Amino acid sequence: MIKIIKQLPGRDKMIALLCLALVACQVWLDIELPDFMAEVVQKLASTEENLTGDILISGMWMLLCAAGSVALSITVGYLAARIAANFSYTVRATLFNKISDFGTAEMKHFSPASLITRTTNDITQIQMVISMGLQVMVKAPITAVWAVVRILGKSTSLSIVVAVAVAILAITITTVMRFVIPKFRLIQRQVDDVNRVIDESLTGLKVVRAFNADEYQQNKFERVNLNLTATNLFTMRAMSFMGPVIGLVMSSIQLVIYYIGAVIINAFNIGGTSPSGSPITAANELVAARSEFFGDLVVFGSYAMMVVMSFMMLTMIFMILPRAQVSAKRIREVLDEEISVTGGNDYSVDDAPSAPESSSVEAPAKLKGTLEFKNVSFHFPGSSENFMRNLNFTVHEGQTLAIIGSTGSGKSTLLNLAARLYDATEGEILLNGHNVKDYPFEILYKKIGLIPQKATLFADSIRDNVTFGDRESSITEEDIMNALDIAQATEFVMKKDGGLDFMVSQGGSNISGGQKQRLAIARAIAKKPEILLFDDSFSALDFKTDRLLRKEIADKLKDTTCVIVASRIGTIKNADCILVLADGEIVGKGTHRELLQSCSVYKEIAQSQLTEAELEA
Amino acid sequence: MPPMMDRIPEKPKNFKKAVTETLSYASKSPVPFIIVLILSIGSTILMIVGPNQLGKITDEITKGLATSIDMDAVLKIAYFIGFLYILSALFSLVQGLLMASMTQNIAKTLRSKINAKIARLPLKYFATHSYGDVLSRATNDVDLVSQSLANSLTSIISAFAQFAGCLVMMIITNWILAGVTVASTLLGLFFMITVVKHSQRYFKMRQVSLGQLNGYIEEMYNGHDVIRISNAEQSVKERFVKLNDAVRTANFKSQFLSGLMPPVMNFVGNLGYVAVWVVGALLLYHKYITFGVITSFIIYVRLFEGPLRQISQNITNLQSAAAASERVFAFLDEEELPNESQKQDKLPGVGAVEFDHVKFAYPDKPEKEVIHDFSASVKAGQKIAIVGPTGAGKTTIVNLLMRFHEVTGGQIRIDGIPITDVSREEIHRQFGMVLQDTWVFEGTVRENLVYNMEGVSDEDLVKVCKACGLYHFVETLPQKFDTVLTANSDISVGQKQLLTIARAMIQNNPMLILDEATSSIDTRTEMLVQRAMDNLMASRTSFVIAHRLSTIRNADLILVMQKGDIVEQGNHDSLMALGGAYADLYNSQFETA
Repeated sequence: MIKIIKQLPGRDKMIALLCLALVACQVWLDIELPDFMAEVVQKLASTEENLTGDILISGMWMLLCAAGSVALSITVGYLAARIAANFSYTVRATLFNKISDFGTAEMKHFSPASLITRTTNDITQIQMVISMGLQVMVKAPITAVWAVVRILGKSTSLSIVVAVAVAILAITITTVMRFVIPKFRLIQRQVDDVNRVIDESLTGLKVVRAFNADEYQQNKFERVNLNLTATNLFTMRAMSFMGPVIGLVMSSIQLVIYYIGAVIINAFNIGGTSPSGSPITAANELVAARSEFFGDLVVFGSYAMMVVMSFMMLTMIFMILPRAQVSAKRIREVLDEEISVTGGNDYSVDDAPSAPESSSVEAPAKLKGTLEFKNVSFHFPGSSENFMRNLNFTVHEGQTLAIIGSTGSGKSTLLNLAARLYDATEGEILLNGHNVKDYPFEILYKKIGLIPQKATLFADSIRDNVTFGDRESSITEEDIMNALDIAQATEFVMKKDGGLDFMVSQGGSNISGGQKQRLAIARAIAKKPEILLFDDSFSALDFKTDRLLRKEIADKLKDTTCVIVASRIGTIKNADCILVLADGEIVGKGTHRELLQSCSVYKEIAQSQLTEAELEA
Repeated sequence: MPPMMDRIPEKPKNFKKAVTETLSYASKSPVPFIIVLILSIGSTILMIVGPNQLGKITDEITKGLATSIDMDAVLKIAYFIGFLYILSALFSLVQGLLMASMTQNIAKTLRSKINAKIARLPLKYFATHSYGDVLSRATNDVDLVSQSLANSLTSIISAFAQFAGCLVMMIITNWILAGVTVASTLLGLFFMITVVKHSQRYFKMRQVSLGQLNGYIEEMYNGHDVIRISNAEQSVKERFVKLNDAVRTANFKSQFLSGLMPPVMNFVGNLGYVAVWVVGALLLYHKYITFGVITSFIIYVRLFEGPLRQISQNITNLQSAAAASERVFAFLDEEELPNESQKQDKLPGVGAVEFDHVKFAYPDKPEKEVIHDFSASVKAGQKIAIVGPTGAGKTTIVNLLMRFHEVTGGQIRIDGIPITDVSREEIHRQFGMVLQDTWVFEGTVRENLVYNMEGVSDEDLVKVCKACGLYHFVETLPQKFDTVLTANSDISVGQKQLLTIARAMIQNNPMLILDEATSSIDTRTEMLVQRAMDNLMASRTSFVIAHRLSTIRNADLILVMQKGDIVEQGNHDSLMALGGAYADLYNSQFETA
């Protein structure tokens, strides 16, 4: 928490200190306010002089105090709001930038959903504590201490009354909280359960009906529902004790103060220690002393209320604070996360010819579109077992390399390694003879275009989606049209309202899955990379579009190297080279025809999709 | 806890109806709620009498200042007030306990009803409403309703009681000071309303800008990889700065304005305090009142302005709660599937199906027919494949067959009996169903397999699992059939699909529907699953919808659909010979670029 707050810029820290001072002034004014009354009360009780002036003057002072107090607290509110807004602005920006630099591994580790909550909700939590803190959190203890000091000076026995009241409240609140807070966590879990069963009923809608299992689901729901209700009821009942106890203490405190006050006044010594010895002056002095005490008594009630209220505020803060602390910790975790994949900074990768020893290729002066895996192994962070083992292959400019294998064999991971979404844990991956780790991101991703399995579009125009990331506007209108043509997207884009300016809604919910995929392909093509990596990008397309698209790529992007992960044999039959992956290893490498002969895994896949006749063809 | 006024209240359409309807869920009779109200008002009134009596103690003290205080009188009053206070606290406690049961009862009943409602809604409802929407009604809205509605309502009523009670007690005690208090409070109220009016705009502004920012963050985090590979980090960061800046401004303004409330209210309190003091002291000086009156009023001032704040806060809460309850009731009032208890509930179970000029349009778009004139005849035991491009209406046919939707024209007959004459339950008993989305729920493997079926022995389970190639997987699980599958369980899509196939196999119904059952698994895994499915389909009438044409080559009848029509039907060889749509579709998967 403290560490996060330290993020505040220096000027804001000064302002925060100023707030502290202003709050102290405000408390002073609040405490002075009832004091003006005490003097007059005392006079009213003891003398018969004309007090109209005194009364009006005291009223004026009190009004001044009240006005000063409100002015100060508004100023504090203004400053606190500014600091809090600045704070959330700064922390959110820091967090967002940090997360932008995350690699895929870190994104997976935290999960986007959790990162979203951290960037939004968690920051709001802390922001609230800061803005409240600067007002209430500072004010409550100052008021409490100050008012206690005043009270102690006036009467010890009455102070004890206040102390007892505070103690009763504190014990009640902490006892209730001790019962209730663990239940809050339980409630969270039970709410999740309720959500889960409803979610189940919804996602399994057809199955539930097909099995006539309405009652089964309902019974299951009743169980979690009852659990949740029982816990909720318990906490609510426990909390019900708080209000009445607080109310009772608050009202009774006045009563007790006046009652004990009366006892004390009565016990004031009559005669006795009077210095003058005269019984009349003694009586007068007694009345004067009693009046003074009575004046204090009236004010005392106000102070007592201030003390009790401050303590209540403090307990409230202690209830909110843990939540903010959890939030702060969650933010800290993100900021402290070590980034696994960072861009290289060798800007010479682009112009220098390849170093001869780093590439097995007989290199021309300048390589283009060449990707090589040299003894590459990989394991996911946190796992010790290699997920991909000993990958070796090269693909040259203009060639098509296809990768096939069952789910979990590591096809996508291989592409992700080439695109540096993850870094190889052993061996090296060379792009045009240079290790991909040496490339600055902006150069690397100009050369490599990856089309992930799940197409992602942003809430923006189709044009901006296709030119996404192109800050220098180097992609021309012609490039866009060309890319759309190749991706078989021109037709449907032109049918949309506004064509290229059609606004895609968030998550791309206003276009179909196949269309999304084609736009994602157009996006990768538009920046004219040397290597295109297709991660099963064709599976959302129907066979016809799939075929047309591949034909266009072959015709129009002759020089572009393609690496294609696919599940349909038809998609990859004519590739220059096919890699067959199983359990993270290359178990076959060659053309369709060669593999049919040599690779049993490939043959199995082919048999499942093609007839004997087609296999022969 | 955000300050209450941060929320912009949604306005319910019919406030009274929303409230009475919600309360009717707490209990059938209004008695408990009336008891709660009485207790709440009673507790307030008992408390309000206090200050007046406290004034009397003060008077006893001032009377006795010069001589001696009549402690008996003081004690008598003190006991009386103490009694009132304790009684008030007791009332309030009982009220709170009753209220807890009431609100929880409302919440429980509403949640139950929502879940039960899901089962009774026609499928078409979910075509136009997202799951998230239903889920949020069942949780957020129900919480809002149960917690705020009843609570706010009693708070408002007891606040009114306090307000009115204070007013009466003040007038009884001293009408001049009562006037002063009311005047100063009205002044404060005016301040408060000005601030609230002024700030609404900024709260809206903040909500909008925060919504935009959060939406952007969500989008960017989910598209993280794409940003990286598109070199878009810089432009994304720039856009973020702009949005973040807008939030900062709106945040600052709204926070400042909402921060104004407490000091202003405090000032109003002080104003009343000072006014009562000055006027009271003058009156006291001129012997119009006793000191006790001032003491009472100093407390009344606070008791009097409190309810105003409470009422304004709770009205806001009450409004959003009422709006939420309207959303809940709108869901509960949705049209349900008709009751079919009087329909025939026995089919011979042979497995012959006839589609007779079936037409279908979704009820919300009656002019747009999705199935035009579908006729086909299926003999018992046949394997029927339905193929065609996305949107051709393949799944719709299945949905009609299962009576998830009702035909708008023509007739479907099972074993010669029109399906509209049979109860839905009986139709469902005819079919086993395996869908593309593998539905596995949190529970043990056994629960997932035996789902809602009776008399399934462990031997049956083992037999079926062996037939599906699932037995090995189950054997490797730590608790075998009793292993709990959760969202985080390490279970592959293929294994999930095998589970659902096994489930359908245990069901052992005369007919089978496989709707894209293998399209989410890769071809190698599919081979394993295929074997299981072939086992399942043997000697059953089966309807197979498939993307991959290789899986349907051996079907007895292939129906080729396009735009809601059957354009071709026949078996693989005859359709290939025809050289039409099917042949085109089939060949396209092998042609290479």
